[in-house]
Amino acid sequence: MSLRIVVCVKYVPDATGDRHFADDLTLDRDDVDGLLSELDEYAVEQALQIADEADDAEITVLTVGPEDAKDALRKALSMGADKAVHVEDDDLHGTDVIGTSLVLAKAIEKTGYDLVICGMASTDGVMGVLPALLSERLGVPQVTLLSEVSVEDGTVKGRRDGDSASEQLEASLPAVVSVTDQSGEARYPSFKGIMAAKKKPVESLDLEDLEIEADEVGLEGSWTAVDSATERPARTAGTIVKDEGEGGRQLAEFLAGQKFI
Amino acid sequence: MAEVLVYVDHVDGAVRKPTLELLTLARRIGEPVAVALGNGAADTAAALAEHGAVKVLTADAPEFADYLVVPKVDALQAAFDAVSPAAVLLPSSAEAKEIGARLALRIGSGIITDAVDLEAGDQGPVATQSAFAASYTTKSRVSKGTPVITVKPNSVAVEAAPAAGAVEALDVSFSEKATGTKVLSRTPRESTGRPELTEAAIVVAGGRGVNGAENFAVIEALADSLGAAVGASRAAVDAGWYPHTSQVGQTGKSVSPQLYIASGISGAIQHRAGMQTSKTIVAINKDAEAPIFELVDYGVVGDLFAVVPQLTDEVKSRKG
Ligand SMILES: Cc1cc2nc3c(=O)[nH]c(=O)nc-3n(C[C@H](O)[C@H](O)[C@H](O)COP(=O)(O)OP(=O)(O)OC[C@H]3O[C@@H](n4cnc5c(N)ncnc54)[C@H](O)[C@@H]3O)c2cc1C
Ligand SMILES: Cc1cc2nc3c(=O)[nH]c(=O)nc-3n(C[C@H](O)[C@H](O)[C@H](O)COP(=O)(O)OP(=O)(O)OC[C@H]3O[C@@H](n4cnc5c(N)ncnc54)[C@H](O)[C@@H]3O)c2cc1C
Repeated sequence: MSLRIVVCVKYVPDATGDRHFADDLTLDRDDVDGLLSELDEYAVEQALQIADEADDAEITVLTVGPEDAKDALRKALSMGADKAVHVEDDDLHGTDVIGTSLVLAKAIEKTGYDLVICGMASTDGVMGVLPALLSERLGVPQVTLLSEVSVEDGTVKGRRDGDSASEQLEASLPAVVSVTDQSGEARYPSFKGIMAAKKKPVESLDLEDLEIEADEVGLEGSWTAVDSATERPARTAGTIVKDEGEGGRQLAEFLAGQKFI
Repeated sequence: MAEVLVYVDHVDGAVRKPTLELLTLARRIGEPVAVALGNGAADTAAALAEHGAVKVLTADAPEFADYLVVPKVDALQAAFDAVSPAAVLLPSSAEAKEIGARLALRIGSGIITDAVDLEAGDQGPVATQSAFAASYTTKSRVSKGTPVITVKPNSVAVEAAPAAGAVEALDVSFSEKATGTKVLSRTPRESTGRPELTEAAIVVAGGRGVNGAENFAVIEALADSLGAAVGASRAAVDAGWYPHTSQVGQTGKSVSPQLYIASGISGAIQHRAGMQTSKTIVAINKDAEAPIFELVDYGVVGDLFAVVPQLTDEVKSRKG
């Protein structure tokens, strides 16, 4: 039996670019380049490693996002995933996390899966809750925030390093996993991988294909509302001194002035 | 007055500071009813009452420790059904965010994560969030269902406000899915004796410039002189010089202490994402062009191995 892995990857604005909100208070995608969320590269990497260990596995990468989000899928395909699914629909503009989880869950069910792998958080919304929502919607175990993961005999095992403890977890497949940036460096696509990716299938789905009504998603259907977004004023330029032997004492003087000492 | 459910983060009955902050915020929108789960749950009552909990709902069962997240969602849902609150507040820890999200889905509500402030509004609580590595401040609301909101540590000063804090046992029946993810073993993190990174008033952090695990002693000595927590950049963590649990930034902890001191850290956007909201920022870096200097209230261009020990000595002698 083939192991069907679905990796959820998000197309996000480059964090090193100048990110802005648009007039409708959603992400302004025009001003800044998009890319595959770097934290989702870790999810693709773990999927590739799990597939290598399995007798027979197939990796589908899945994204919900605008037209350009295909770039994120291509990157994941060039890393070695087998095929891609792109959910794209004008009515998705402005969808919040509850809506996004609905779309992803329906697309995952349609694709068929034994294991869903996500990143720990997106690099734009950074909520870190989508994998738990998928687990709730799909009715399968969540094995999330793993710094180590393995799959054997229909069981997924992993290590979750929390604030107060490190836990060893185990669940039966099907399951939803998310991996952290401690799970192991993601590979770079090889030239061969990039060429091969061009021939791999990318399936496009819209809301109708997933039997989702337009008013369940998008800004209209959103469960949350953003009322305002203001750019943080640039910090006023601070004092900068060059250490000429007294730097530590000068800093102490500043800290004392601020009542920290 | 409307009741507000507050999910309690505690370790064997010792309530963590972010929960006391939640109680302070909850009082702006209603009467806090606290939900404490797991080992020592009932022991939390005194601290919670002192900070405004009118009621403390408690439950303990092996499921909370033996399985991941879902048993706690079942319990919080039971509390939700019992209380019918106007809002549900949780701390922004990784686990509490997951609990909050699953609850929101079950009760047909939206969720807002990582709020840094909360106030009452005409259409329900309004949350302040900071977006895009703290370059934006947004105000948002949950527009459908009962608002579920998670709040970052250090968002508000804790205020005491004695209340009844009557303890009531919460009746929980676990769902079929509660036992889906087994916790095979749990290794508690060793305490360093220093303050919790996310709760500390002062954080002293070191980066690649610290250049070695042994050299972190220089950073720790400054931290100890100030009673501060120690943080690290990802470069320092990836090099194995300091534990990952101390990483500050997008994929590490986000901190917003009164004072953040960065030594040998360049100030990459992903690092800034985790510390930019600190009240006062100080940096020591030998490169005058390092981006961290764009953020600082006070910066020293110099070798950290000269500046930091001198500062530590000066702090010690001033504190005498
Ligand atoms: C600054 C900002 C703040 C926001 N705050 C909120 C809020 O408080 N409440 C709210 O409901 N919505 C919020 N949103 C919208 C929310 O980010 C999106 O709905 C998003 O698609 C899901 O949340 P996330 O990106 O934070 O995902 P996370 O939960 O951080 O993502 C975890 C993982 O889920 C997968 N994933 C997430 N999105 C997709 C996707 N579109 N396609 C494929 N895989 C995906 C990836 O594997 C990712 O690594 C916010 C958006 C922004 C830009
Ligand atoms: C998806 C993603 C997530 C990330 N998440 C995080 C995160 O959570 N946290 C994080 O920190 N990074 C994160 N990063 C990494 C980030 O991009 C930077 O690589 C990292 O922050 C650099 O760490 P640094 O400042 O210590 O090292 P460097 O950038 O190498 O800077 C070292 C600095 O030390 C100075 N220095 C050297 N020697 C001395 C000396 N003797 N005295 C004084 N100064 C000296 C140098 O001038 C330099 O400015 C992430 C990256 C990605 C792609």
